[in-house]
Amino acid sequence: MTNKIVHIGCGAGFSGDRVDASIPVVATLAKRQGPRYLIFETLAERTLALAQKHRRKDPSHGYSPFLEAYIRPILKTCHESGIGIVSNFGAANPMGGAAKIAEIARELSCTGLKIAVVEGDDLFQFLSEEEISNYPTIEGLEIGDNEVVAANAYLGARPIADALAQGADVVVVGRCTDPALVLGPLVHELGWPEDDWERLAAGTMAGHLLECGGQVTGAYFADPGYKDVPDLARVGFPIAEVGSDGSLIITKADDTGGLVSAQTVKEQLLYEIHDPANYFTADVILDISQVKVEEVGPDRVRVSGARGKPRPDTLKATVSIDGGWMGEAEMSYAGPNALKRAQLAVDVLKQRCREIGTNCPVRFDILGTVSVHDGDGGGGGAAGDWPDDGDYRVRVASRGHDKEGIERINQEMLSLYCSGPAAGGGFRQHLTDQVQTASILVDRTLLATRIRMMEVAA
Amino acid sequence: MSGMSDIQETRLHEVAHARAGDKGNRSNISLIPYKPETYALLLEQVTEVRVLELFAHKGATKVTRYELPNLPALNFVIDDALEGGVNAALNLDQHGKTLSYLLLGLSVSMPRALILHPAPE
Repeated sequence: MTNKIVHIGCGAGFSGDRVDASIPVVATLAKRQGPRYLIFETLAERTLALAQKHRRKDPSHGYSPFLEAYIRPILKTCHESGIGIVSNFGAANPMGGAAKIAEIARELSCTGLKIAVVEGDDLFQFLSEEEISNYPTIEGLEIGDNEVVAANAYLGARPIADALAQGADVVVVGRCTDPALVLGPLVHELGWPEDDWERLAAGTMAGHLLECGGQVTGAYFADPGYKDVPDLARVGFPIAEVGSDGSLIITKADDTGGLVSAQTVKEQLLYEIHDPANYFTADVILDISQVKVEEVGPDRVRVSGARGKPRPDTLKATVSIDGGWMGEAEMSYAGPNALKRAQLAVDVLKQRCREIGTNCPVRFDILGTVSVHDGDGGGGGAAGDWPDDGDYRVRVASRGHDKEGIERINQEMLSLYCSGPAAGGGFRQHLTDQVQTASILVDRTLLATRIRMMEVAA
Repeated sequence: MSGMSDIQETRLHEVAHARAGDKGNRSNISLIPYKPETYALLLEQVTEVRVLELFAHKGATKVTRYELPNLPALNFVIDDALEGGVNAALNLDQHGKTLSYLLLGLSVSMPRALILHPAPE
């Protein structure tokens, strides 16, 4: 029996990824033979809660705000070339997302395009808010009386495969595991049984390597003089070639920048992995502890040795609750003695916070000294050996449920224009509403997924 | 040719690369040697204890080191390293994306041949 190969490209690795990255991926896939798919991963842990908030303001919203930017440039070519599209950009409103795709498809004359919506990740379909609140969270966070903004289980590959089996050209999911976007098409095309743990593991590993887009093809990797990457500005997004035997080659779009090397693949293989022998997904427990990575050609890397164990009986779900507010404000000091003036600004702000009776967590940084590598107690580069002359930026950050109190701290930074050390400039501030997320485990039999199809009429 | 005089003090950045990821208040940082021969030396020198010390000022409470001999690579899982994580951190870098380069700043002793940019002899 010949080894059937499925080609799967990735067009986005997060909500906010480069909107035209998919164009060379689709151009490359269009030249190839055999089953071909394009995935977009646009739904981080917190993104869904933000989408749910949008939907509450306007019921037609709540799908990925980037959906149109991602879909419009490639939909026509995908339709004409028979390239399937699988994405989680349904977010909090998969039906709304599908309706938007149908609208774009009509404009582009993609007559007969079939769009499937996978529903069933939203726990509110199966549980009351009170029942959700009573689940113990993995992180130990008490949901208590806080309003649950969103609660969604991570669906697996099976409903995606089922939607493709029903003839879908485009599959829109809300919350699913990121690797399921890749494993779904593989299960559909290669007929892998639900308990073929070795192959499901290989397909999950393929999905894990693809789900962050350019992170496996030289993006988020370049370090000049150490890890040089050609033409990073035109980095090509990845394409996986997965065989029915579970073999896996990672390559990338033709005529693009970036690179696929053993190094780039290793970095992404371990990205957001904890115990390499036990990566839990809805479909399989993936074990990458014995994986081997070999360069087999220019921008071609073979990845082998994934092992699988039976899937868990539970599905992970993310519960989002209101997290209050975060304030951030910044002011710059530059030139002679700038560090001393920046430190004085921090001292003034600290005293003001004490005097107005701030009791929320507050952090100070002096950007240009140590900041992101510092701890909350660092207090702004006081301990380092930094030059007094320079170009420094004072930052204050605070969080809490008292919106006015947070706004007041930002305002204290603003007041330094006239009431702080000499020559502060470039004030900026942000006030953002926050979402707290926690994970719960729900019995997989609790959920019933449903597939809804729509077809674009002439 | 390789005697003790070949050993130089350097930083991990000269012998390995890394990437950080986050889940909640937990960070994971991979550590991947440029040359496979470096792996055994990383096992010796980049211990859980040393990595915990490096992240103690951020509130880290525990480090677990996983070994992947076939890559070869190490994976460090650092509990409570993210000041609350993406939900709660006041740090500009709420995900701890930059922390891979905090790890790469760790000093190690390596044979000259394994260092990308060795100091002149």
